[in-house]
Amino acid sequence: MSDPILKFENVGKLYHLGTFGSGSLTRDLTRWWKMNIKREPDPYLRIGESNNRSKKGDSDVVWALKDISFDVNQGDVVGIIGKNGAGKSTLLKLLSRITSPSTGLIKAKGRVASLLEVGTGFHTELTGRENIYMNGTVMGMTKHEIDRKLDEIVDFAGVERYIDTPVKRYSSGMMVRLGFAVAAFLEPEILVVDEVLAVGDAEFQRKAIGKMQHISTSEGRTVLFVSHNMAAIKTLCTRGLLLEKGELKYSGSTIDTVSNYLALEENTGIRKIIDGIRYKKDWLNINKIEINGTEHNQSVIKSGQEVLTLIIEGYTKEDFKTDPMLIFKNRDGVPLASLAEGHTKGKIEHVNKGIFRIERTIKLPKFLSQGDLIVDLSLHHPMMEYQLRIPEAAILLSEGYFESGGRAGILNEQGLCQLKRLYSPN
Amino acid sequence: MAMVMVTGMDTDTAMGTTNKDWTYIITPKRRWLDIDLKELWRYRDLLYMYVKRDFVVQYKQTILGPLWYFISPVFTIIMYVFLFENLAGLSTDEVPGPIFYMSGIMLWNYFSDTFNGCSNVFSANAYIFGKVYFPRLVVPFSKVIFNLFKFGIQLLLFIILYFWFWGHGANLSVNLTLLLFPVLILMIGLHGMTWGMLISSVTYKYHDLNVVIVFILQLFMYATPVVYPIDGIPEKYARWIELNPLSSIFQAFKYGTMGCGSIDWWGLLYSFVFLLLVSTCSILIFNRVERNFMDTV
Repeated sequence: MSDPILKFENVGKLYHLGTFGSGSLTRDLTRWWKMNIKREPDPYLRIGESNNRSKKGDSDVVWALKDISFDVNQGDVVGIIGKNGAGKSTLLKLLSRITSPSTGLIKAKGRVASLLEVGTGFHTELTGRENIYMNGTVMGMTKHEIDRKLDEIVDFAGVERYIDTPVKRYSSGMMVRLGFAVAAFLEPEILVVDEVLAVGDAEFQRKAIGKMQHISTSEGRTVLFVSHNMAAIKTLCTRGLLLEKGELKYSGSTIDTVSNYLALEENTGIRKIIDGIRYKKDWLNINKIEINGTEHNQSVIKSGQEVLTLIIEGYTKEDFKTDPMLIFKNRDGVPLASLAEGHTKGKIEHVNKGIFRIERTIKLPKFLSQGDLIVDLSLHHPMMEYQLRIPEAAILLSEGYFESGGRAGILNEQGLCQLKRLYSPN
Repeated sequence: MAMVMVTGMDTDTAMGTTNKDWTYIITPKRRWLDIDLKELWRYRDLLYMYVKRDFVVQYKQTILGPLWYFISPVFTIIMYVFLFENLAGLSTDEVPGPIFYMSGIMLWNYFSDTFNGCSNVFSANAYIFGKVYFPRLVVPFSKVIFNLFKFGIQLLLFIILYFWFWGHGANLSVNLTLLLFPVLILMIGLHGMTWGMLISSVTYKYHDLNVVIVFILQLFMYATPVVYPIDGIPEKYARWIELNPLSSIFQAFKYGTMGCGSIDWWGLLYSFVFLLLVSTCSILIFNRVERNFMDTV
């Protein structure tokens, strides 16, 4: 195992809540008195509880980060995930030296460049070219370095035509491109990237992720990357850190970290499938719905996974004829595939009064591409009635088909599934 | 923030590595005198960009551009001549009013512009300080340099006036103390910067001071020999004026360039010691504030 390039040792960060007014002056004086005259420890450091933004605490100080320890090796791409307020950004801020930790040590080798926001230091009156210099020097580049890379930066950003126009005339997308382009050519040993890819169009996001991949794999640089986009995390990262309420919940492989994150019950957006029921017949009771082996509405379709299962269990007071229907859509709501045997084959299942269990196992296409699939689930009698409707019942995160032999990479641009060629009989 | 350049400490042997291997170590506590001049030097291009930015921003979409630095002193002079020389009858030390006032105005402008530029470093740059790390000292230094250019433009006006009055037979003479000129200017710039930094280290948290500062600065101008010579005021007031560390600098400048008044060597020494003290304090406090101020703005 190689030596770590970055080390967090019991790092904690304490924040004061509320506003700063006269109260803070009194507090500052008390602290000063206690610490410097009476030689006592900081009276405000002892209280404080873990960071749970939805619950009201007893004290007005809070640990945004508590006892964080981990190592990062050179060339690692670390994905940091967690829900809002988990402490991800605080962690990056400490590492970028924007604010200092309350406890613990952070050790790093080499230059750390942080991209907490695209276009930091941009001034709207300055031209694109001037802003490249401004932004670059703010990030710690020298003028000479920027001179050398100016053409590449302009090219990567794709704003050549506007380079001598003040950026106030730029569209927001152009600003983001320019800002990211500068950061991409920084060449730090450790690159810290906060959720900055949320802006910018799909082409740009792909470009940005590609660039980060390039930085890590071919230049051996270390990247710390915060995102809520699990697909991006999985494409990009070699390992993951999961933060919850300021504490390090999990550290390990990317896939496991993502699964752990998805399993967090409290996670916003994660719920039981059964809680998403929009419409149901009165005589129907549903006890359990599982899609892809879980009752939760987010799960992963692993690379090479062959089947997808659906289980619905419940109790009915009436006999009914039904057909379970699944419609798979992409993020834009465009239907891509469906299981609807009632429509296509006229197969209807008869369910008797009492406890019932409906089970389906679907064969997945071999070359399923990478991306999110949103599933609408319903029980219905075609052309007659709906018994149960759960729009957007589950989100399936497909890892994409991947072959280790190096022949096929992750499929993400070739469409949902691969088509077969027909051979003519002669 | 706490950038500790590690010097041979070897407390981490248990982990198999020594502290020497790390480029930097971020700690909660930081030594008082922990200014990384090498790092500051590495960021000199940023300093240049900051100065350039201030220039561009100031002149974008103005027609007259830098000419404004000419126009505003001209009007101030006209007003001072009318107010202080004609109405109040204050002495201008036997040199023509306009040139006497011009020398005071440009020195004062340099001081107050630098002071103002530095006194809100934290609040004005909170946005950028919160997103990226660089040695924060770059910003105050950039203000000193930027305002030096402004001063240069006004100096040009001073020289033009000087020769015009000189050609018209005014009693103006240069002497050897003129050689002190660069030192005097540097001192004014640093006074402005360090006082400003001291203020900014407090106002970022307690905003009340911002309100007070505006009007204190106004009063402070009258406690500085800008519109009057120190020799021209009653002894009992002059004693207090001499406590102002700027007074001797202004006097020395006027003495060197126009031969009016006198030079006060003890006063200059006092001003210099004062500057040393304030700059040490302000850099120390500034350094302490810069590492955590993002949590409080």
